[in-house]
Amino acid sequence: MMAQDSSLMKMMDDAVAESQKGQVVTGTFKATQIVNLPTVESPGKKSLQFMIMHRFGKLNGGAYELFGLDNASIRFALDYGITDRFSVGLGRSSVDKTFDGSLKYKLLQQKEAGMPISVSLYGLITNYTQRYTDKPYLDARYRTAYTTQVLIAKKFSPAFSFEVVPSWIHYNLVPTPEDKSDLFAVSAGGRLKFTKRMSVNAEYNYLLRNQVVSTKVYDAISGGIDIETGGHVFQLVFTNAAGMVGPYYLAKTNGSWGKGDIYFGFNITRNFNFKK
Amino acid sequence: MKAMYVLALASLLYLPAKAQTFMTRNGKINFYSKTSLEDIKAENRQVVAAIDLSKKTVALTLLQKNFLFEKQLMQDHYNENYVESDKFPKAQFTGTINGNVGTTPGTYKVQITGNLTLHGVTKPVTAPAELEVAEGKVTGKADFKVKPSDFDIKIPSLVKDKIASEITVQVVATCTALSK
Repeated sequence: MMAQDSSLMKMMDDAVAESQKGQVVTGTFKATQIVNLPTVESPGKKSLQFMIMHRFGKLNGGAYELFGLDNASIRFALDYGITDRFSVGLGRSSVDKTFDGSLKYKLLQQKEAGMPISVSLYGLITNYTQRYTDKPYLDARYRTAYTTQVLIAKKFSPAFSFEVVPSWIHYNLVPTPEDKSDLFAVSAGGRLKFTKRMSVNAEYNYLLRNQVVSTKVYDAISGGIDIETGGHVFQLVFTNAAGMVGPYYLAKTNGSWGKGDIYFGFNITRNFNFKK
Repeated sequence: MKAMYVLALASLLYLPAKAQTFMTRNGKINFYSKTSLEDIKAENRQVVAAIDLSKKTVALTLLQKNFLFEKQLMQDHYNENYVESDKFPKAQFTGTINGNVGTTPGTYKVQITGNLTLHGVTKPVTAPAELEVAEGKVTGKADFKVKPSDFDIKIPSLVKDKIASEITVQVVATCTALSK
């Protein structure tokens, strides 16, 4: 057998080891977001992802509100991979009737050797269309906000991945002069797989203090479970944030976990391919 | 006298004069799964293959993650859920050539028998193969079928109809002579 020829076997093993070094680490996260926080993942080239993000009302609404199930907010989103590293997205949230457009670019990809982390850049523009008859001055410009995030992730093991995200949000209009129009937040999140197709996820979004002063805001803390089945990913989530895009969950979260302002919800993603 | 001794030793080291061992890092393996619902194919162009004509042995080694699928998601699922590439990064085959293979250029039809290790499970595989011997190189071609269930690869009932119970594997490797 070939095994007797140990020098040849060694040559073959070396050749394999060499090609392993350059391999990109894949599957850092199952979905394109942990709960609300975007992950370094994006749809592959020519694949379209349809996502439904759904949040029921607050659990502390009690039996009268059927523990939040009487109310719901939703975001629909489409994300399309132009290349394997660059994707574009469109979304619409019922919260504030907000439209959003986004770009995600995989700047660095973690490799088996040489590159220890993945870094993606994420840019999101939001425009809310909720009518406020008492505020006739709200034109399209005032209704627009920009969110820029640097997604830095590492897959430490097949089961465990962690991500750190500095965010910068710019509002064209804020409620009072005391409120900052440029806000900064730092988020951290991760996933831990407990079976091949399921994982627990959590994220903490820390909004730097004394930026939003006219209203009481809380850090958005979310957790959930990912269940992956073929082309779908289901995420069952608990969060204190009603909003599902940057300017909302990062800087307008008015729910407190301590008071029971917890929203149950889910994200469902479905992939469609346009490659023959 | 001493010089002759050295010369004799050197000539021993350089034996055999005619190369019998052939190797490549760019062998190609395709596999196909055909069902009425979905056709799946993948290609690995970084297969390390070796053929030893004097010992009549062959060996193949590949990295699961080097299989490229048309759909990114399929590739992710293949690595994460089916072959579990993080746990079992390599697939390997070692076997012997049964049949007549000459060292003169020509095409030889042979039978290859050996062991395939995949997803941590080793199973015997026998396949008809073709060896094309040319000056300084040997091209090996073989087709065979693999059952995922033989290798402890579980396919959930939800996608059972989309993945064939027998996967067709095609190997093409052009190995060049090793100058030892």
